[in-house]
Amino acid sequence: MELILAIASGVLFGTGFYLMLRRRLAQLIIGLGLLSNGANLLIFTAGGLTRARAPVIAEDASQLARPFADPVPQALVLTAIVIGFGVLAFSLVLAHGIHTMAGTDDIDEIGSGGR
Amino acid sequence: MNVLVLPIALPLFTAAVLLLAPSRPLLQRWISFAGACVLSIAAVLVFVRVERDGILVLQLGGWPAPFGITLVADVLAAMLVVATAAVGLAVTLSAFSGVDPRREGFGYHGLIHVLLMGVSGAFLTGDLFNLYVWFEVMLVASFVLMALHRTRAQLEAAFKYVALNLIASSLFLTTLGLLYGGTGALNMAELATILPARENTAYETILAMLFLTAFGIKAAMFPLFFWLPASYHTPPAAVGAIFAGLLTKVGVYSMIRVFTLLFPGDPAVLYTLLLAQAGCTMIVGLVGALAQQDFRRILSFNLVGHLGYTTVGVALGTSAAMAGSIFYILHHIAAITNLYLISGIFLRLRHTTSLTELGSIFRERPLVAILAAIPVFSLAGVPPLSGFIGKLALVRGAFGARAWWTGGIILAVSLLTLLSMARLWSESFWKTAPHEDKSRLPGVILLPIAFLSAITVAMTVAAGPLYQLAMKASDQLLNPALYIDAVLKGGPQP
Repeated sequence: MELILAIASGVLFGTGFYLMLRRRLAQLIIGLGLLSNGANLLIFTAGGLTRARAPVIAEDASQLARPFADPVPQALVLTAIVIGFGVLAFSLVLAHGIHTMAGTDDIDEIGSGGR
Repeated sequence: MNVLVLPIALPLFTAAVLLLAPSRPLLQRWISFAGACVLSIAAVLVFVRVERDGILVLQLGGWPAPFGITLVADVLAAMLVVATAAVGLAVTLSAFSGVDPRREGFGYHGLIHVLLMGVSGAFLTGDLFNLYVWFEVMLVASFVLMALHRTRAQLEAAFKYVALNLIASSLFLTTLGLLYGGTGALNMAELATILPARENTAYETILAMLFLTAFGIKAAMFPLFFWLPASYHTPPAAVGAIFAGLLTKVGVYSMIRVFTLLFPGDPAVLYTLLLAQAGCTMIVGLVGALAQQDFRRILSFNLVGHLGYTTVGVALGTSAAMAGSIFYILHHIAAITNLYLISGIFLRLRHTTSLTELGSIFRERPLVAILAAIPVFSLAGVPPLSGFIGKLALVRGAFGARAWWTGGIILAVSLLTLLSMARLWSESFWKTAPHEDKSRLPGVILLPIAFLSAITVAMTVAAGPLYQLAMKASDQLLNPALYIDAVLKGGPQP
């Protein structure tokens, strides 16, 4: 399972970087989104995958028995997803503003011919 | 109550009050300025405590380290929090001379305080994931401040700035994932007990390189600096000032903090690369500055070039070089913030910062010229001003560490800086302007400039004690055991 997720994360990074090398704003933003989700998946995978072992201390034990699913990477991913979502929404609005004003979504043409 | 939480909580409180208060410009400006004053008092309080009692630690929510989030202030962090508050004071003061009404309506003052909160948080946190969160707080505030513009050039600049910074954030996040996967820790003090003790493998090298890239983009180091000169010359002067003074310094600070704690002296390739990067940053930045024809673009390239100076210390890893870099960071925050604020005077008088349109300031407005001369010549490194002292300390540190090339580059680049600043001075203050300007200058615009110039002068006069403080900060950095003990064993350390 780790292998599959690692490959998936790699594919997300690869496609994200490829899209960011394009000149169009929309593709750049999709690339950024893919990149941040690749990073999220990587945190999740690197933290170790443990199925069906909730990090709850058993009633007759005083310590958590290994192996257990580590909650920390999940908390990190949750935080990162929220931040990533907000930032992505902001860049979409920014790109929309640029498109309305400049009438183009080619990054190199935005600045030219401006006021 | 622990004072450490104040530099983060106060700007948040001020921002909240500013959001709720009626949007009358004068009221908002006064609240914002009062907030910055209180923040300055809190910052000085933190500094005094750290100076007296040693490294100050706060375990948030009472969770013992490494389970909760820790706030830590050593001398370096405390000095930088004071510098942050001083920049905040200058920038909120500059709002009295007028802010574009459109931006003021969109919560400009609140955003400045959110930015200050993000910067203080980044300086004070002892947890790497928390550092990522503060980076994002800082960035989102700066994105909005940058994108509240509606000319095409400004939008283009804002987009480049946003995209490059988001890539850096994703890289940083990726690094944190790998770091947690391999060590199970994110608290910097705990990591400092795990990573250096390990055999150096490809894993550590990969982590170090990823950190170098992510922080390198944030700090605008060669070869990842292009977003800075492409964007910093477009926002209004006050926004440019707070960005130039603080944002890149957070990247530099993160490098210093993470590398001294997690990778002390090892892997060697990290420090070789860092030194080469610092050298290239200095040369490319200043050569770039000489080719520019616009006041603020010259400043942007000077900013990039001088970031090289601020990383020489961590690259060489000797006490003297580190102290030189720390001194230089403090000097540079005051001088570059001031110069960006001065560009606001040109924007008001001539509506441009292109050098061909400037001039005659020295003859027509001698007071402006005298106040501006202090940061210009301090940045240029003219003795006896603080820039000269910072460079002297750095050159001595570099030669002391037998880094002849680095020392040579520092000296050569100082000459280029002098050239660049002399050109800036003669073109924008000395020569006769092509057009006469008739607009009146409100006296209040000079207040923040005078304040920052006074700080530069104070740094020059009190260079001895300040250098002693930088030395103390550098000794703490190069002796990570102090930091680790303070965080993990609790209690202030002597």
